[in-house]
Amino acid sequence: MDLSAINPVLLFASLMVAATPVLIAAIGELVVERAGVLNLGVEGMMITGAICGFAAAVTTGSPLVGFIAAAAGGAGLSLLFALLTQVALANQVASGLALTLFGLGLSALFGQNYVGLKPPPTARLDIPVLSDLPVVGRIVFGHDPVVYFGLLLLVAVWAFLKFTRAGLVLRAVGENHTAAHALGYKVVRIRVLAILFGGACAGLGGAYISLVRVPQWTEGMTGGAGWIALALVVFASWKPWRVLLGAWLFGGVTVLQLNLQAAGLEIRAEYLSMSPYLVTILVLVIMSGHRSGSPGSLGRTFHASQ
Amino acid sequence: MTGTLLSIRGLTKAYPGVVANDDVSFEIGEGEVHALLGENGAGKSTLVKMIYGLVKPDQGEMVLNGTVYTPSEPQEARARGVAMVFQHFSLFDALNVAENVALGMAEPPKTRELAERIRTVSEQYGLPLDPWRLVGDLSAGERQRVEIVRCLLQDPKLLIMDEPTSVLTPQEVEILFATLRKLKSEGTSILYISHKLEEIRALCDEATILRLGRKVATCTPREVTAAQMAELMVGAELHRPEREPSVPGAVRLALNGLSVASPGQFGTSLKNITLEVRAGEVLGLAGVAGNGQDELLAALSGEIRAKPAMVVLDGVEIGAKGPAERRRAGLLTGPEERLGHAAAPDMSLTENALLTGAEREGLMANGFLKWGKAREFAAKIIERFDVRTPGTETAARALSGGNLQKFVIGREVLQRPEVLVVNQPTWGVDAAAAATIRQALLDLAAGGAAVVVISQDLDELMEVSDNFGALNEGRLSQIRPAKGLSMEEIGLMMGGAHGMEVAHV
Repeated sequence: MDLSAINPVLLFASLMVAATPVLIAAIGELVVERAGVLNLGVEGMMITGAICGFAAAVTTGSPLVGFIAAAAGGAGLSLLFALLTQVALANQVASGLALTLFGLGLSALFGQNYVGLKPPPTARLDIPVLSDLPVVGRIVFGHDPVVYFGLLLLVAVWAFLKFTRAGLVLRAVGENHTAAHALGYKVVRIRVLAILFGGACAGLGGAYISLVRVPQWTEGMTGGAGWIALALVVFASWKPWRVLLGAWLFGGVTVLQLNLQAAGLEIRAEYLSMSPYLVTILVLVIMSGHRSGSPGSLGRTFHASQ
Repeated sequence: MTGTLLSIRGLTKAYPGVVANDDVSFEIGEGEVHALLGENGAGKSTLVKMIYGLVKPDQGEMVLNGTVYTPSEPQEARARGVAMVFQHFSLFDALNVAENVALGMAEPPKTRELAERIRTVSEQYGLPLDPWRLVGDLSAGERQRVEIVRCLLQDPKLLIMDEPTSVLTPQEVEILFATLRKLKSEGTSILYISHKLEEIRALCDEATILRLGRKVATCTPREVTAAQMAELMVGAELHRPEREPSVPGAVRLALNGLSVASPGQFGTSLKNITLEVRAGEVLGLAGVAGNGQDELLAALSGEIRAKPAMVVLDGVEIGAKGPAERRRAGLLTGPEERLGHAAAPDMSLTENALLTGAEREGLMANGFLKWGKAREFAAKIIERFDVRTPGTETAARALSGGNLQKFVIGREVLQRPEVLVVNQPTWGVDAAAAATIRQALLDLAAGGAAVVVISQDLDELMEVSDNFGALNEGRLSQIRPAKGLSMEEIGLMMGGAHGMEVAHV
């Protein structure tokens, strides 16, 4: 085994890339859950976004169109969830699981003609001077725009929830929907919007996997990233910055175990492959401790009985 | 009083199967405290929801300050100067006081500015509040302040208060009344909803009485007696529970330094509770909600286990025994929450009768259920306690609160308990049903059982108790004979005003 083959600079640089899909999907789900809705369909929306983005990018030749289509696809699928749970008042857990199964099947169907194709490359942001800095330039400034978009989105969501009136109303709806309704806030409308945002984010995260990280289309290629995003939100105690920490941790261990496999570490590859999931959950469980801080109305069906 | 602020003309609202309000008309004057009086289900809540814009009336109109008033949503009502303090607080536990207040305002100022205004207004009206505290950490009295301050910040012309005193100690009620009188002196009208008649006599100028959705009378509370108002409200002469004075017998239930931790995160742990209940005695335990009532009931029912010697039933130590063994020994309990704790909502009345009565009533043999006998037992409860239901196979959820309450209390009473412990036995139950339940408890005691009634309704406790105690933060006050206790003494036993300040009017 040769550990010197692992380049720490490259490791950190690829960590940011590996964390991005999970990060974006988790930010979306965080907003959904802060509005009091538990959407377990993240995996399904991610894979739908992955194929929508891939197909659009291949057809038009533009990665940007791909990402926009991915967001639309994820949001479209989440609209189905919104109709089921907010209008038809169906159970959120069952609807979310069904959404995942539906998304996996739907994407496999659409993706049949796209297996083996190559998507147009997503350009890296090349900032003169900054990108040429030793170490820092490689880690921080050499990525594609989506990585930075993910970080900006995190900051925007954090600020939205903390500083804006709309963010306060969204938190209020998630905390106690009966009280929010009594004060005259439109619980269902706010929740549907949150669900759509969550769907768009999951779609983007999925497209990042099929357009940048892998980049090709294979069936079921999100490989449980949606579930990790869900777990991140819970174990991050619904706090945006902790989601970032969790995503980086997950990305970091993913990259590290790949490097270790390449370096020929004498542990079976299966154990290494499961390590990111184990480590991320373990660390977040320890961090979240006993204070759960979950939104008061999370997962409960709201019906305005007047 | 100069003029009319709000006049309500012929408001009608029907829901499938029930007319909640039928042609209700009345007027509220400027600076008037107007009481809206009625039993549960009389239509008070629907009426105020229409005034606050949460429900649209089918017919009728409202005129506010001389112009037609048809609020389609609460924001509009607030913009016209109508504010409301809800019975079940519309507050958000995980948000702080300032955020909660901001949510009730149309255009809140910047948080810092708002915090300053909350401080000023709350102190001006004798309701000091720290804007940065989390609402989840506040006492019931303080939470109500948040609601009131939220309303006051918008300079309301009409303040609607829905059962505001149900969660307060007598001292806290005094502070609230001082605040309301100050508001009245400044010209604010108040619509005060309650079924506590003495409060209405102390505070209100006029009263409108509703029964089954109709206005049945108006009166000036100061000029009539509480009994007269009660009869108008119920529509019949009230049957007062009667009892024979009895000589207390042997000690049946004893708690010796009972201390247990609460299982819930926000619960109250019980601290060193010692008491004795004798045969033929009714012990009343008062306390503001959340001071250990649920935990005490759970510790007595066996849901929370303690050390064996802490709970003694007829000389046998049962502190470490579970609910089934305690039932067998004759210690039965009726918890506060009807749906989900006392009864399984989606199971039929027969099944619910089986759940606690299977063993004592011989409704099972060798692990098999005797459905016929169970049905008979359920039918007996329904008949004896006048439970209004289509039959024994109706789901518990389908019964109204009062009827289900009669059923779950009746189920325990008919199992001939040695000791019966009930928590909030008549909560949300109309006056006639409450009288039935109280009479059953008294009859049980007269038959030689010991009864413990935990309740937040002081009138109820004074009516049924021989001895009286109060829970405050998990501790039990001294137990004193109920006869001759003054409201002030009771209030102090309940913990006084919980450090709240009296309004400087």
